[in-house]
Amino acid sequence: MSTTTLSTPVSRRDFIKLTGLAGGGLALAFYIRSGGEASAAERGSSDFTPNAFIRITPAGAITIISKQPEMGQGVKTSLPMIIAEQLEVPWEAVTIEQGDFDAKYGSQSAGGSNSTPNNYDNFHRLGATARTMLVEAAAQTWKVPASECRAVNATVVHSSGKSLSYGQLAAKAATLPVPAEGAVRLKDPADYRLLGKRFPQVDSRKLVTGQPLFGFDVKLPGMLYAAYEKCPAFGGKVVSANLDQIKRMPGVKDAFVLEGNGIVKELVPGVAIVGESTWAVISARRQLRVTWDEGKVAEQSWNSYVAEARQKAAGPGDKVLRKDGDIGRAFAGAAKVVEAEYLYPFISHASLEPQNTTAQFKDGVLEIWSPSQNPARNATAVSKLLNLPEEKIKIHLTRSGGGFGRRLSSDFAVEAAAIAHRVNGAPVKLAWSREDDLRHDHYRPGGIHFLKGAVDAQGRVTAWRNHFFTFGEGGSPGSGGSLSPDEFPGRWIPNYQAEQTMFETGWPMGPWRAPGSCVFSWVIHSFIDELAHAAGRDPLEIRLELLGSQDEKPGSGGPRSAAYNVARMRNVLKFAAEKAGWGRKKYPKGSGAGIGFHFSHKGYFAQIAEVTVTREGQLTVDRFISVGDVGAQIVNLSGAENQVEGSVVDGLGVLLMQELDIERGRVVQSNFHDYPLIRITEAPKKIETYFLKTDYPTTGLGEPAIPPVAPAICNAIFAATGKRIRQMPLTKTDLRWS
Amino acid sequence: MKYTLNINGQSRTVDVAPDTPILWVLRDELDLVGTKYGCGIGQCGACTIHLNGVPTRACMTPVSTVGRMKVTTIEGLAAEADRLHPVQQAWSELDVAQCGYCQAGQIMTAAALLRDNPKPSDDDIDGAMAGNLCRCGTYMRIRAGIKRAVELNAGGKEATQ
Ligand code: FES
Ligand code: FES
Repeated sequence: MSTTTLSTPVSRRDFIKLTGLAGGGLALAFYIRSGGEASAAERGSSDFTPNAFIRITPAGAITIISKQPEMGQGVKTSLPMIIAEQLEVPWEAVTIEQGDFDAKYGSQSAGGSNSTPNNYDNFHRLGATARTMLVEAAAQTWKVPASECRAVNATVVHSSGKSLSYGQLAAKAATLPVPAEGAVRLKDPADYRLLGKRFPQVDSRKLVTGQPLFGFDVKLPGMLYAAYEKCPAFGGKVVSANLDQIKRMPGVKDAFVLEGNGIVKELVPGVAIVGESTWAVISARRQLRVTWDEGKVAEQSWNSYVAEARQKAAGPGDKVLRKDGDIGRAFAGAAKVVEAEYLYPFISHASLEPQNTTAQFKDGVLEIWSPSQNPARNATAVSKLLNLPEEKIKIHLTRSGGGFGRRLSSDFAVEAAAIAHRVNGAPVKLAWSREDDLRHDHYRPGGIHFLKGAVDAQGRVTAWRNHFFTFGEGGSPGSGGSLSPDEFPGRWIPNYQAEQTMFETGWPMGPWRAPGSCVFSWVIHSFIDELAHAAGRDPLEIRLELLGSQDEKPGSGGPRSAAYNVARMRNVLKFAAEKAGWGRKKYPKGSGAGIGFHFSHKGYFAQIAEVTVTREGQLTVDRFISVGDVGAQIVNLSGAENQVEGSVVDGLGVLLMQELDIERGRVVQSNFHDYPLIRITEAPKKIETYFLKTDYPTTGLGEPAIPPVAPAICNAIFAATGKRIRQMPLTKTDLRWS
Repeated sequence: MKYTLNINGQSRTVDVAPDTPILWVLRDELDLVGTKYGCGIGQCGACTIHLNGVPTRACMTPVSTVGRMKVTTIEGLAAEADRLHPVQQAWSELDVAQCGYCQAGQIMTAAALLRDNPKPSDDDIDGAMAGNLCRCGTYMRIRAGIKRAVELNAGGKEATQ
């Protein structure tokens, strides 16, 4: 909604030194060389293709390749905007093409909100390098110094007024050497024409008219359709199936068993049905009868883990994650001690487009069309499984109907590849049903935190203990189930102890939008509120005191450790409070405001919710304020705001209703009737988004805005009703008051 | 079984099993893939089409029940090819979509709302759109998009690009 400039006391250079943040992604030299056709003339083409991402034809057609997978996070628009900005071409004149999976593009994994920080600087240089070459081509044509020429609107203009279009210069530019990095000048951000403004997604027209874009929309000549039935209990194997009966059904071409390769994120055992249409396959599947060997995972249930955790809560954790000071002494000498259990269930990604992939094995080559966030992983997995060299695997990236981390796994692509390999010849589209998607997700792990905190007579937080129960396999927690020793408020509270006890399960887990952060922030900021209340302190004031006056908190080392720029957090927090009128505004009973903040994925976010709860317990989020600091430049303001608003709605939806029951090693829910998602009627009435512009590197927005959403809302519910929410989802708590 | 259907003003004949949902007829037989599959049980609205102008879940509608009813899909929503319906225009201007997978269904529902109720209140909007899920959480922009479409309609401005 608004971008505000703010300077922070720690300079960018200091920050880079402290965090090593500048080194994300591949070296520029790789991109500058990669796919570049400086010798295009030798190849007989007069197109100007200075690198793998830019193509300008003599007819003046300008194409920018988008290498990252697009799943709604907007990178197909925002990243090419960076190149177009430096290239000095009008945005309307550019055609954006989705790149296939290809080593010349470098990493094409879209996850961890890394697409922007890993490519930002390089993409500026790619565009600027091409512009420099076009200017040089004009200067040579006119026999004038390049310094007398400038690029504007896909044209090079000389100080005398004469000009040549990029198309006219393409053939000449294609013969020039790529200039050294030092010879390329980047634009002054004050001169940006595109960055920071709002642009609709480049696929907008296709999206609103229903043109094919998604994996589910792929259609190839002679294409067959497939379904893949897996054991409802995780890890189960096929004993037998009525394959002969299925094969005789109308429209069915084949039915067979796949053994699986023992890797849950690649291929688990199941029964494939291949047919002439989606409906033929769905109809046949209804008659499929499989006898499963369910295995030992079928003995594991969520409720028994919760009961076990409650028994063990007071005892020591299996592992001490962090230990500072002496919590025992601090608790003994505290003015007030608060204890609470916080619990959140397993949930699903539930991207609206179910998992799918189309694959074809023909003449020894396996071709894949997949809505993947991580095509490289698919290539490796398929290569190993089918014993094919990677050069015999061709991967096309389609648009994804939502990702949220789910499509970093390879299972749906590997299943399709294995089925197509067996079919041998025809292309096969594997489409998961909603039920498949919900019951064979790689879930966000649930968790239970037993917290104990202390405040002293001055109301300062003096001690914090967290016994965290998590889930994992092979001795380590699933993705999103690891609590960093540096997680706030570790490093801040003098007596701090975090312990972990892990349950070994065979339940598949995977990264879910802001893994870990998306739940830890709720636990931590809800509990800070409890301590504030116990101490009789204002929730904002106690947080500012806790953050302290130091500007920078160095990481304490280790793989999950990161420096924390306290100054940036204080600034977003204060700005949010000001926007909300914190402390000045009075709310009637049943209404109130709550606050939360979180640093993750390189972004600093503070959020404030204003809610109303009716006497009957009906919750409305009246107003939701997000303030983020993701560095020096918002790329596409429209996309950026969309990510933040979407995060707010997503965070609220998770809090309101998302919950899976896992019983006997399988998910009980099956579709949106028993696993509801948030609807428009439950969305906040108003969302305000502010970005503070700082001197730091530009970073991503897919994730960092979601973690503080749930605590801000729960703290507001407490302010409104006096009811503390210690369990997700909200359906577990009676919100009625009188 | 052979069925002759009226799809976006054209007569199309398909040969499919009578219980085939019109969703799969559109997608697999007629290459109209704008209508999406999200749940198959009438819960998400991604498959919303108009049958004689009434928003309908294509995943729950067997082809045998369609008969001569006029089927309108997202591909045929605009009055003329190469033009946009005001709702499509508004969606495009305001950049409503994130992943976009739900948006054809959202647009079909919104278009039907505005035809019956050209000036919907905020509650009317939420009420009409409550059957369409958006996993990406674009609800704020869906509300704004409908308001923008109201303006476009009121201006009598036939949307172009
Ligand atoms: S696919 Fe028809 S309502 Fe979900
Ligand atoms: S835009 Fe992704 S589901 Fe609505």
